[in-house]
Amino acid sequence: MRTIRFLLEKEFRQIFRNKTLVAMIMVVPVVQLLILPLAANYEVKNINISIVNHDNSDYARHLITRITASGYFRLTSLNTTFDEALAHIESDEADLILKIPRNFEKNLVRENKQKLFVAVNAINGVKANLGGAYLATIIRDFNQDLMLEWFQPSRTSQQPVIAVTPTNWYNPYLNYRLFMVPGILAILVTMIGGYLSALNIVKEKEVGTIEQINVTPIRKHHFIVGKLIPFWVLGMVVFTLGLLVGWLAYGITPEGNLGLLYGFLALYLLAVLGLGLLISTYTDTQQQAMFIAFFFMMIFILMSGLFTSIDSMPSWAKVISRLNPVSYFIDVMRMVVLKGSGLADIIPHMGAVFVFAIVFNTWAIVNYRKTS
Amino acid sequence: MEAVIKTDKLTKRFGDFIATNNITFEVYAGEIFGFLGANGAGKTTAMRMLTGLSTPSSGSATVAGFDVYRETERIKKNIGYMSQKFSLYEDLTVMENIRFFGGIYGLSDKAIKEKSDMLVEQLGLASEKKKLVGALPLGWKQKLSFSVAVLHDPKIVFLDEPTGGVDPLTRRQFWDLIYAATSRGVTVFVTTHYMDEAEYCNRISIMVDGSIKALDTPYNLKREFGVGSMDEVFYKLAREARRSAD
Ligand SMILES: Nc1ncnc2c1ncn2[C@@H]1O[C@H](COP(=O)(O)OP(=O)(O)OP(=O)(O)O)[C@@H](O)[C@H]1O
Ligand SMILES: [Mg+2]
Repeated sequence: MRTIRFLLEKEFRQIFRNKTLVAMIMVVPVVQLLILPLAANYEVKNINISIVNHDNSDYARHLITRITASGYFRLTSLNTTFDEALAHIESDEADLILKIPRNFEKNLVRENKQKLFVAVNAINGVKANLGGAYLATIIRDFNQDLMLEWFQPSRTSQQPVIAVTPTNWYNPYLNYRLFMVPGILAILVTMIGGYLSALNIVKEKEVGTIEQINVTPIRKHHFIVGKLIPFWVLGMVVFTLGLLVGWLAYGITPEGNLGLLYGFLALYLLAVLGLGLLISTYTDTQQQAMFIAFFFMMIFILMSGLFTSIDSMPSWAKVISRLNPVSYFIDVMRMVVLKGSGLADIIPHMGAVFVFAIVFNTWAIVNYRKTS
Repeated sequence: MEAVIKTDKLTKRFGDFIATNNITFEVYAGEIFGFLGANGAGKTTAMRMLTGLSTPSSGSATVAGFDVYRETERIKKNIGYMSQKFSLYEDLTVMENIRFFGGIYGLSDKAIKEKSDMLVEQLGLASEKKKLVGALPLGWKQKLSFSVAVLHDPKIVFLDEPTGGVDPLTRRQFWDLIYAATSRGVTVFVTTHYMDEAEYCNRISIMVDGSIKALDTPYNLKREFGVGSMDEVFYKLAREARRSAD
């Protein structure tokens, strides 16, 4: 234990003395969180939509034409019952369902009010969510057209309103950023933790200081733990900064328990840092470590479910994503931050990440050789 | 005399290349043992095997009574090592380096405090103790390396070219430190390319292309080769070398 105290003291001194590093750790995540969510705002075409039309009216048909003519949507099916349409979502053929209720036209004309029902396919979340947003816009436009059509210059009182009630439970404003920011934060924490740890031991190899360590009777697991803890603390700090940016810049606050989020992060960081240290023990120069870390990061990020939903990946890719710690973190971030999931919901994720942490760190300790 | 290092046909191969070839020798408690050889002769390689940093390819050796294959961690408790390449933390100060390694060797806080004050005083580093090591001149770095190597009062200290590139005055001071260590009973195993330093050793071995070609006191070696200085002894042996500096 005393040994670890001395290791930590030394490690923290070195980190804080490295002004560039400290600046990078503090500034980079903030800047990236401000820029990336803006840049990652992409348009999706060919959103598959199933429409359940209970109202055989001109207005309903008119709305459907509007939707299909917009260029964003492809009409998968026109159904008469919601269950039929749901089957299309379940088989992944449809991303969205729009339900036009009975008496749509009548209510609109008589009461100047009507609700439409939109359900999105949570499996291909990004696409469906964007689709939902487009659909809302189209309906809003349609709504305005209705107003124009009906409005007599003298009758300005009640305007007909179509209220869209999307069952888009966890992201009620269909805010793309709300969806991306937690994921991007997960990736930033992963990258910073992974790179810092991957480059650290190998740096000691490169400058030769590891020799002086290896010739002492230091225990290997002490050494690894002494490396792990400082980066673990830094990871926590970066994450906290990121949450603050999410809150201040995007107004995002976790729906779920903050303690739970940190609890998961605590485990997750052990896994990521363990992988970094493992890379460090296998390489001889920082350049090699950088390339290998980069290789893993690329795969992890691309297969994390941040940009493309894991469920829409081919099955071999699904297997890889199950071996990808980042995918668990992004999932948990979205679950806890957006949905407000509780401990019971993320237990499987915690289990997986715990296994990663044990495997990577044990492997790193075993592979770190004091005697070559 | 008690032997604290014993090797028998100790060998290290890197692929087909034999860096250290069947070396057999003993080092006695309390002596200064000079380990000479031209560049690339295999000195560092041998020393790394004895300090538990590298596993031998064949042969056997014990250091402080412990086996170099199986008991490296126990060897490490009993030895100090100053590597040829400066390997303390340049981004820590003199005191922080001493404190860190003292802590790693399990010294108490009180012992660390006392030791570091004493060492800094003895090395004349008092005015530099709060400076980052990277900013120190080479001679002072080397003295600091030495003090870290003997911090935990090891039985044996291995010094790999401790005075390489250091000015003559500092070299003298350095040897004063080595003598001070031996007077405390520390056995010194030292490599050097300076033949005047070879004369300071109790016994020396001379390695050529991985093998030990001569081993005796400086006096006996000069007599054996019929020459007046260690320089000439070294020259006679080393010019047969095939290897050159790497
Ligand atoms: N890890 C290694 N892999 C391959 N060859 C090596 C390795 N380490 C050392 N060698 C080779 O072994 C030979 C002996 O090297 P060593 O460093 O032991 O020599 P030395 O006597 O210490 O030389 P110097 O006086 O230059 O320090 C050299 O030719 C070197 O290139
Ligand atoms: Mg050498």
